[in-house]
Amino acid sequence: MLTYTIRRLLLAIPTLLLISLIIFLLLDLAPGDPLANQPLSIPPEVRQKMRDALGLDSPAYVRYLLWAKQFFWVEPLVFVDWVLGTGFSADMQRIVSWQFRSPVFDIIIQRLPQTLWVVGLAYLVGVLIALPIGIISAYKQYSWFDQVGTFISMIGFSVPPFFSGVLMIVVFAIMLPWFPSIYDTTLVVNDLESFGQQIRQMTLPVLVLALQTTAQLSRFMRASMLDNLNHDYVRTARAKGMTEKVVLLVHVLRNSMIPVVTVIALGIPSIFGGAIITEQIFKVNGLGQLLITAIYANDLPMVQTLAFIFAVLIVLCNLIADILYGMLDPRIRYD
Amino acid sequence: MTDQPMAKPIPRDTSGRSQWWDVWDQFKTHKGALFGAGVFLFILLAVTLGPLVWTIEPTFIDIRARNSGPSLAHPFGTDQLGRDILARMMAGGQVSIAVGLTAMAISVFLGALIGVVAGFFRRLDGMLMGLTDLFLALPLLPLLLVMVMLFRETLSRSFGPEMGTFILIVSAIGITSWMQTARIVRGEVLALKEREFVLAARSIGTPSRRMILRHILPNVLSPIMVSATLGIATAIITESALSFLGLGFPPDFPTWGRLLFDAIDYLQQYPERVFWPGLAISLTVLSVNYIGDGLRDALDPRIRGR
Repeated sequence: MLTYTIRRLLLAIPTLLLISLIIFLLLDLAPGDPLANQPLSIPPEVRQKMRDALGLDSPAYVRYLLWAKQFFWVEPLVFVDWVLGTGFSADMQRIVSWQFRSPVFDIIIQRLPQTLWVVGLAYLVGVLIALPIGIISAYKQYSWFDQVGTFISMIGFSVPPFFSGVLMIVVFAIMLPWFPSIYDTTLVVNDLESFGQQIRQMTLPVLVLALQTTAQLSRFMRASMLDNLNHDYVRTARAKGMTEKVVLLVHVLRNSMIPVVTVIALGIPSIFGGAIITEQIFKVNGLGQLLITAIYANDLPMVQTLAFIFAVLIVLCNLIADILYGMLDPRIRYD
Repeated sequence: MTDQPMAKPIPRDTSGRSQWWDVWDQFKTHKGALFGAGVFLFILLAVTLGPLVWTIEPTFIDIRARNSGPSLAHPFGTDQLGRDILARMMAGGQVSIAVGLTAMAISVFLGALIGVVAGFFRRLDGMLMGLTDLFLALPLLPLLLVMVMLFRETLSRSFGPEMGTFILIVSAIGITSWMQTARIVRGEVLALKEREFVLAARSIGTPSRRMILRHILPNVLSPIMVSATLGIATAIITESALSFLGLGFPPDFPTWGRLLFDAIDYLQQYPERVFWPGLAISLTVLSVNYIGDGLRDALDPRIRGR
């Protein structure tokens, strides 16, 4: 298991390097000039100096290696400095956003909490709703509960977040003014009232994202439970006189959770992708919104870094899912 | 079919039933799928034949009738420029469904090709599946957005704004959504290769190309068809998401996603305007998903006939 983990970790490195190269090459085709929004009154020789300072005229491989050095070497050092208070990265060049004119990672750190709060909570809520629904649907297969569950998860699959989100705004923010339609990021939670406000403004985006998670996971949970319910060990457990509760929640559930746990791990990056749209609807200024504004503003370093961070998340979650699968299921041994 | 007619054809079922009748019989028993097929057919007819009946031009601006509610002249009302929303819905549906079908065709073609080649030729398997894994690890929505941003201008210049965007979006969605099909098809092909009829075909010296076309492809048709139906749904959603983020078709060219995006600005005053395009997208996707569900059951010979 350990050798497998190490091998997978080592394999992840070339994959990530290749992905970063692909993203870089794709962005390299961008027609936009980063200096296009500078005033026309700048003399050409100053403009040329600015281009040189940004390194725009150097060949592609030099720019890629510089970005890679900044991402894999300088930024971790900055992080170490920030944690330990040392000065390793004193005069190193960090990745600078063209749009904000400050280091990309500083802005990402500013935006991360909003995304994590909304997306993380939504995922948690989705998982917590999906598991019981899946269990009951499987146990009472073809009952009305199962039929309704199937229908609702079909709707969760089919109604895209940009419609369900807008629909929620129309119903719960305009027709019934219960929740705000815009996420107020400047809100400081320091007493009970502002905490309540925070909960209220998080409700709608969390609901929209949770609906999608629930739809996928509850189906998966149901299928996995159904697979296990017909096994011999279930009959044995019943024959031994176990109560239905113990059979279901101890014996069957534990075995059914094996694939579900890996699916939960695999779903984490996709929910970040879905958050791009949800954040746009509710005006949450998280990572997704940052990516969209960066794309509109032609802010290539920001787009490159953010896209790569999403890729890292995907590769990491795949890895975690595979390792979890091996750990939870003794029948699967990778060695 | 064969190069020379057989001397004496094997006596077949005289009723002339092919296996597709069995598939249809099984499909009919799935109520959701039948209903989904009906709804999808209705939407398809509405957007293709509808403009022949409802002859108002979707781009016709009647500024005096702007922002009017539902009436006989405009059953769905008009938008902020006085354009008829029903006509725009039909025009938008044509584009959305065309994007869905074309993108699905590209993605299924790529997926089936890569899946069959990877499953059939062992030497290429490692490389092609590595490519598939790599694509699965790419952050697709951000990359789609980036691709649209980068190539929109260039393609618009060479093919015109509408056609250029269409080509761009369709190929971008196709290129980023073939991986699941490829994986499923490869698995099926690997299993098929161990079967006796493949061995028999190989032992009489069938070349690889004929082997794939005659023996492998017809047998992996069912997973391909299922992923094709589901692919339509994902393609429509992705196109609408791109339009919704403002990176889809140009503003005067309606698609369902674009109509939804435009209606967001008037959410406070006219919330019903968001409803129609959203409902159309959701209904189409829902019906297509149900069709896929029914097809999966109908094409599975283990379930069929039970």
